[in-house]
Amino acid sequence: MTARDPLVAAAPPLKSGREPAPGMVEKRGRSLWLSHAVMILGVLIVFFPIWLAFVASTVTQSEIIRPPMPVWPGDQFFINYKNALFSGVNVPVATMLMNSLIMAIGIAVGKIIISLLSAFAIVYFRFPGKTIFFWLIFLTLMLPVEVRIVPTYEVVAGFGMLNSYSGLIFPLIASATATFLFRQFFMTIPDELAEAARVDGAGPMRFFWDILVPMSRTNVAALFVILFIYGWNQYLWPLLITTDPEMNTIVMGLKQMFPSGDDFAHWPTIMATSILAMIPPVIVVISMQKLFIRGLVDSEK
Amino acid sequence: MEKRVTFKGWLLPLLLIAPQVLISAVFFFYPAGQAIWQSLFIPDPFGLSMQYVGLGNFEYLLGDPYYRASFLTTAVFSTLVTLASMIPALFLAVVADRLIKGASVYRTLLVWPYAVAPAVAGVLWLFMFNTRVGVVSWYLGLLGYDWNHVLNGSEAMGLVVVASAWGRISYNFLFFFAALQAVPKSVIEAAAIDGAHFWRRFWTIVLPLLSPTTFFLLVVNVVYAFFETFGVIHTITAGGPQQSTTILVYKVFADGFVGQDLGSSAAQSVILLVVVGLLTIVQFKFVERRVHY
Amino acid sequence: MATVELDNIKKRFGGTQVIHGVSTAIEDGEFIVIVGPSGCGKSTLLRMVAGLESVSEGEVRIDGERVNEREPMARDIAMVFQNYALYPHMSVRQNMGYGLKIAGLPKSEIAAKVDEAAALLQLEPYLDRRPRELSGGQRQRVAMGRAIVREPKVFLFDEPLSNLDAKLRVQMRLEIRDLQNRLGITALYVTHDQVEAMTMADRMIVMNAGRAEQIGTPLEVYERPQTLFAAQFIGSPSMNVLDATMQDGVLHLGGATMPAPTTATGKVTVGLRPEHAIADPEGPLSLTVQMGEPLGANTLLHGRIGDGSEAFTISLPGVHHATAGERIAFRVLPENLHFFDPETGARID
Repeated sequence: MTARDPLVAAAPPLKSGREPAPGMVEKRGRSLWLSHAVMILGVLIVFFPIWLAFVASTVTQSEIIRPPMPVWPGDQFFINYKNALFSGVNVPVATMLMNSLIMAIGIAVGKIIISLLSAFAIVYFRFPGKTIFFWLIFLTLMLPVEVRIVPTYEVVAGFGMLNSYSGLIFPLIASATATFLFRQFFMTIPDELAEAARVDGAGPMRFFWDILVPMSRTNVAALFVILFIYGWNQYLWPLLITTDPEMNTIVMGLKQMFPSGDDFAHWPTIMATSILAMIPPVIVVISMQKLFIRGLVDSEK
Repeated sequence: MEKRVTFKGWLLPLLLIAPQVLISAVFFFYPAGQAIWQSLFIPDPFGLSMQYVGLGNFEYLLGDPYYRASFLTTAVFSTLVTLASMIPALFLAVVADRLIKGASVYRTLLVWPYAVAPAVAGVLWLFMFNTRVGVVSWYLGLLGYDWNHVLNGSEAMGLVVVASAWGRISYNFLFFFAALQAVPKSVIEAAAIDGAHFWRRFWTIVLPLLSPTTFFLLVVNVVYAFFETFGVIHTITAGGPQQSTTILVYKVFADGFVGQDLGSSAAQSVILLVVVGLLTIVQFKFVERRVHY
Repeated sequence: MATVELDNIKKRFGGTQVIHGVSTAIEDGEFIVIVGPSGCGKSTLLRMVAGLESVSEGEVRIDGERVNEREPMARDIAMVFQNYALYPHMSVRQNMGYGLKIAGLPKSEIAAKVDEAAALLQLEPYLDRRPRELSGGQRQRVAMGRAIVREPKVFLFDEPLSNLDAKLRVQMRLEIRDLQNRLGITALYVTHDQVEAMTMADRMIVMNAGRAEQIGTPLEVYERPQTLFAAQFIGSPSMNVLDATMQDGVLHLGGATMPAPTTATGKVTVGLRPEHAIADPEGPLSLTVQMGEPLGANTLLHGRIGDGSEAFTISLPGVHHATAGERIAFRVLPENLHFFDPETGARID
């Protein structure tokens, strides 16, 4: 597949006596089929690794270690997935799934709560140190966890939070992204709404719960999708602070399933685990696609 | 834009902002301060005490051929990841934009890989290129090409680049597609009536209109390649062979946790901090809008 | 039912003073319109009564009690905002009942009051809709309904009609006035539209640059404007203003002389409403027409007065065909002449 050919082929005939039909610029006939063909090919190529992983999760180990492996699913689906979920390699994958779920939801919910609260404080109050706090929060935008892993690890170890959910969650909920998103959204809410609430007799917290939070619903949902995936896909941090296999998350635990040395990895189990590791975030993305795309575009652009 | 401040009191807002400030202080500012502090010391060989060396760690790092090599590796890696994820995404977005029906179906299908964790993507690609069982490496063998990313540094680099870029194609596609949909059709039609052919219209009209998106994605993808690809590298190559895929973030990890060289790791953290700072400034300055995950 | 007193109210934002001491006493059930150009401080004044802005100096009293330090809620007022400020995620019913819910009224009582207000405003069919599913006029009514259900002592309106189209505005004007009459609730109404002020007010406060230029009934303000600003702001088309001289009880104006009943002497500023010109071939004054605007019931003629260069407008009843360059003689009744001090703009009788 080259980048040029389909585009050139899709261009209209060079010379024709007819006027171009408005709104229908080059969207007919042969070129249309070509465009579809290109898209289908693109989707197939992008999907190929996932397909292969799925096939590998439905065949036997011996079918895999004698290449080439089959390209159509085998009959070992239930055996492999049952084996992965309830036995795994170091720890049942079900346990890792549960850990991942707790971590991802913990990060998403935690971030949303503290961000809603602090954005509310920043937008609707004037208080001493507001500017300083604002800039402190702003600075955390610039510090991904990857950059300060050693000292952060020491802090978490100092609190005795290694191998704990709080150790997995807290260091990752402090980033300021969500706070900025909510701040931006709150700024677009007309002042009169808060004033009307005041005239109606609502105090600040009442306004927050009755008006602000319900109005933020779509933003909260969109952010939840993005943060869930962010939390679910964490790798380095769980790798550092969970030494107990019982606390492994699925994304980092996957790598732990590879044997050290020259042994053959048990590919069907590993691939079943990869598929299991993808399913929750994919379900979240697909089911909330509109919100997710909106959240992505809102938060990044 | 300032809001008319509508609620009185100072205790309540301080309480409201406290959780975020507290967590930021404990897990961001204190560790970042520690990194800066530790970068000025080296531990003695027995790990019993720390010796102050001023900027010694930095001088050592900048003179260290391995570290300089890691800089170069990072530059090559992030350039390749950015290109390999943006060009196919743009191409697919342009084609999808030409379809009236079905574009959203393709979008739904293409969005999948974004949800796949980098580390999982690493395992998928490792499986395809595994030297003993990999399908792709097996077929390459049939063609007479002996694929071995475990020994060959360039092949290792190629593999981590592809595995890292794969999920990003989805992401970039979403942005390019949204931007293309926002290009007013009347502009395109006007150009068509003026007799510009597709390819020409693309270069002279569509691409310039896309440039804010392109620039934004450029920055975001570089940031991604720098900081979020750890999982891919750790699962596929663990930085090897001979450190040929050891990017800066990986080296912080390797020196700090595997090598236990805290002073050097801290100094590397500080350098990365500066890099992040610069990237953030670029992002804010040129992209106006904020925030990335 | 309540009286409202403003006692030398002042407002400063930082170092700049925006309200320079406004005083008035509003009677129970009165409809007061605060009118003035944008930036004159009329909204700020209203918001100080509401409790949304603090009062820098002076005292706001409702029913004789000082309310400066009270929260809006505790002042027993209700407010209708320019953009209505309806809660977008709540139904009409919830919007109207929210204040009562906060006040802790039992559900059945809230429902009864909301239904009653909805009936009054013909909102019954829309009670379960969201604000975005309503037209501008309907939203306006919901905002009114939200104010009514509270049974407040005072209604505050902040330019409530400015987002509506002209026809609806006329209709809502009548509705608001009618409603306030029936309920008998004291109302303060802010607008920049002098027609609204003239038609709705029991009394109006004409504001300019943070000062109350005049407080009085619409006809008082129209007939005896206390300042040049009030004279020009109220009335449409606005009053003609000319420099003139008074000498020995005779007014020298636009190349003509006429007797005038005033205590003013020397240089004066004279105001003359266009509709007070009476076409009269024998009249001492004349207009050199530049342009005519036939409005049907009357005709506006724009031009220059006498041989001078000062712009002047007269309004003659009925249809009047005038061509550019034509000279029309007219006279004015002496009682329709307004005299102002050229320095201070204050009225001289």
